[in-house]
Amino acid sequence: MSVENNVIANKEPLFRITKRAGISAFKAWAIRLTAVAFALVVCGLVIVAITGQNPIKVYLSIIDGAVGRSRRLWVTVREMMTLLIIAIGLTPAFRMKFWNIGAEGQLLMGGAATAAMMIYFGDTMPNWLLLILIFVVSSLAGIIWGVIPAVFKAYFNTNETLFTLMLNYVAIQIINFCIVYWENPAGSNTVGIINSATQKGWLPKLFGQTYGWNVVIVLAITFAIYIYMKYGKHGYEIAVVGESHNTARYAGIDVKKVIIRTMILSGAICGLAGAIIVSGGSHTISVSTGGGRGFTAIIVAWMSKFNPWAMILVTAFLVFMQQGSIQIATKYGLNENASDIITGILLFFLIGCEFFINYKIELHRKKKEVQ
Amino acid sequence: MKQENAIELKNVTKRFGDVIANDDVSLSVRKGEILSILGENGSGKTTLMNMLSGIYFPDEGQIFVDDREVTIRSPKDSFALGIGMIHQHFKLISVLSAAENIILGLPGKTLLKMNQITAEINELTKKYGFDLKPSQKIYDMSVSQKQTVEIVKVLYRGADILILDEPTAVLTPQETKKLFDVLRNMRKAGKSIIIITHKLNEVLELSDRVAVLRKGRYAGTIDTADATVNSLAEMMVGAKVSLDIDRTDPVEPQKRIEVRGITSKNKEGLTVLKEVSFHANGGEILGIAGIAGSGQKELLESIAGLQPIESGEVLYYSPEGTTEKISDMKAADIRDLHISLAFVPEDRLGMGLVGSMDLTDNMMLRSYKNGKHFYADRKKPRDLALEVVDKLDVVTPGVDTPVRKLSGGNVQKILLGREIASSPTVLMVAYPVRGLDINSSYTIYNLLNEQKNKGVAVICVGEDLDVLLELCDHILVLAGGKVAGIVDARKSAKEELGLMMTGSGKGGHTK
Repeated sequence: MSVENNVIANKEPLFRITKRAGISAFKAWAIRLTAVAFALVVCGLVIVAITGQNPIKVYLSIIDGAVGRSRRLWVTVREMMTLLIIAIGLTPAFRMKFWNIGAEGQLLMGGAATAAMMIYFGDTMPNWLLLILIFVVSSLAGIIWGVIPAVFKAYFNTNETLFTLMLNYVAIQIINFCIVYWENPAGSNTVGIINSATQKGWLPKLFGQTYGWNVVIVLAITFAIYIYMKYGKHGYEIAVVGESHNTARYAGIDVKKVIIRTMILSGAICGLAGAIIVSGGSHTISVSTGGGRGFTAIIVAWMSKFNPWAMILVTAFLVFMQQGSIQIATKYGLNENASDIITGILLFFLIGCEFFINYKIELHRKKKEVQ
Repeated sequence: MKQENAIELKNVTKRFGDVIANDDVSLSVRKGEILSILGENGSGKTTLMNMLSGIYFPDEGQIFVDDREVTIRSPKDSFALGIGMIHQHFKLISVLSAAENIILGLPGKTLLKMNQITAEINELTKKYGFDLKPSQKIYDMSVSQKQTVEIVKVLYRGADILILDEPTAVLTPQETKKLFDVLRNMRKAGKSIIIITHKLNEVLELSDRVAVLRKGRYAGTIDTADATVNSLAEMMVGAKVSLDIDRTDPVEPQKRIEVRGITSKNKEGLTVLKEVSFHANGGEILGIAGIAGSGQKELLESIAGLQPIESGEVLYYSPEGTTEKISDMKAADIRDLHISLAFVPEDRLGMGLVGSMDLTDNMMLRSYKNGKHFYADRKKPRDLALEVVDKLDVVTPGVDTPVRKLSGGNVQKILLGREIASSPTVLMVAYPVRGLDINSSYTIYNLLNEQKNKGVAVICVGEDLDVLLELCDHILVLAGGKVAGIVDARKSAKEELGLMMTGSGKGGHTK
């Protein structure tokens, strides 16, 4: 055998990537904080490049935009609650490794149901009863949108990712269809503010705060889901099914039942999120009611490792930056895409840093000299 | 024989993160010898060889081939140096023929001259005594035939140094003998052969020298002529080990499980069990032997209610004297009837346990539904986890550690510990010691014997025939989903079981 090893001698890989066996919580958070710091620096550079302003001033106006005035603070809180409830709604499904990327559609259907109740029953019942009806019907709408892919997954093992994604587009078309009927004023091609005079079906003020109820409802659901997932038998079943269907069968868990039951829950919360947006915020419905939050919430849920308390932190940070950049966009005459750029940079760093949490890069060790 | 080295490793170290797989290993392979690399699971045998075959790159140390230092960065480099490795899991394309697999990836002209290639392959097989038909498709082949293709493949590429990773793990005793004959022929022709194994008998039978690895460290090389089973085991483990299984005679065996003519199909619609009938008694260990994939898994799963049955029935005779037909029930129904049927499946982390969950949560896997309320009780499972850790000497940082992070032996102890804690009347275990070190294996055998002495009907699927013959009272042999025979383990020989496994035996005497 001709040995051609001369050619290949002394060529060593320069560095290598190894998986970490484990990482302390402190180190992991240190990496994440470093990522946030890098993200802020890069955001600052981008802003300076576009606006030519002093970055510190720009950051101050971000803070001003997010929490500078009572009204801005409450809008930030409202947006945060909306994003949080969707992420919470996704949590049970994701823990089951059911990749529900149809939250956008589920919340649109919930929002459409809410708008319908407000329009058709606004004058027929007291506001508290109407609100209860809204919550029930919007949840049902979300359930329908969530349970269809679940049933197909359970019985025919269809791909839930594609299925839930496609249902989003169906939901958008249904909204378009509804707008034709609910158009107000005629010819505007929008629904307008529903019941703007009577405020029927609007979430009332709580403790004098417009968005008080939003906070109470969302935090209550967050807490309930935390308990359900961590201490409940259902939560345990979801975790087992998520890990392995075989193990679940072995443990005597009815996998089909758990898939469907969990998507009912997930769909209901996402549907309710639609009600929170329409009844507790915009008071109108359009195809952009979701505003991509159904997708942003996926990232929130993942980055928080499905931990509800971490979700509060992540949503707070994301929404803070988004609201702040809306402010700088108006102040420096940029369009609304500026805020998307900021969010994009933040997510890039936050998701990217997970690589360094799971892996480490080592330079190749020098060969030990052996004589 | 000249003492010329084909391969020499000097101070080779390989780390994976914080785990040191090979620590400062130096060993040599002479030209024209068979060297066994012996070590327990996880001792770094395969990692070391993967550095020769170019799959891993050493962190430290030098490799010499024919006394010249080399750097092996990829399998291609390894081939160029005349090193060929036959992996434990075959890498063949099943729709192609043997000859097509053998030439796959080799440079050649646009037009293939299959006749010439076939002739070359036939010449090789004749030279070393292989039994191979080049035109046969891989999907038509037995495991042993596929292995032959893999070996011929590396020989055809001109390998002078062959590395075989656990080559006998999937072979019957007869096939093993045939393989050894071929390997001896290759040695005669001047090839160097390295065999990775943990089976002591094979080492003694085949190799010239044995290199022993222990926990990633090199424990020494000795001539096989100077070695005994006990001395090798001691080198491998680093301490004296007792290799005896204490088999007691069954006391008043009572019929506990009866399987009547069950037939079952898998998801693809292939029949995996054909008219299987047998019974298992309390106070006895029934072994189940067979070539991998002969229906062992499906048999246990159909008793446990996890595999649908086409026809036939499974009956359970309780110690109280009642009879239940459990073949129509699902796993959950069987549990709800309080039939304590413990099952340790083959796939420990994919079926028996949840890898990402901690010990406590895994203890409650089969009992989490107890109690009527919404909350799952974690107090009792936690106590049970502590008890299992204490009783079976499980090495773990604590009961809050995910089981995935534990070693194979400890994972198995947790699984078996949980199943035994349910005080079963029937205990089914599949490949209970696969991947375990010697000491853990014997702990497991003792646990099974303990259960047998308590009157439990133990059904044990195993792969090591020597162990099955020492451990069990009766052995059922499966061949292609059928019962090839049921024999008395005290009066049978390994060769007899081997013949039955390939379906060529007479079928033994049925109980």
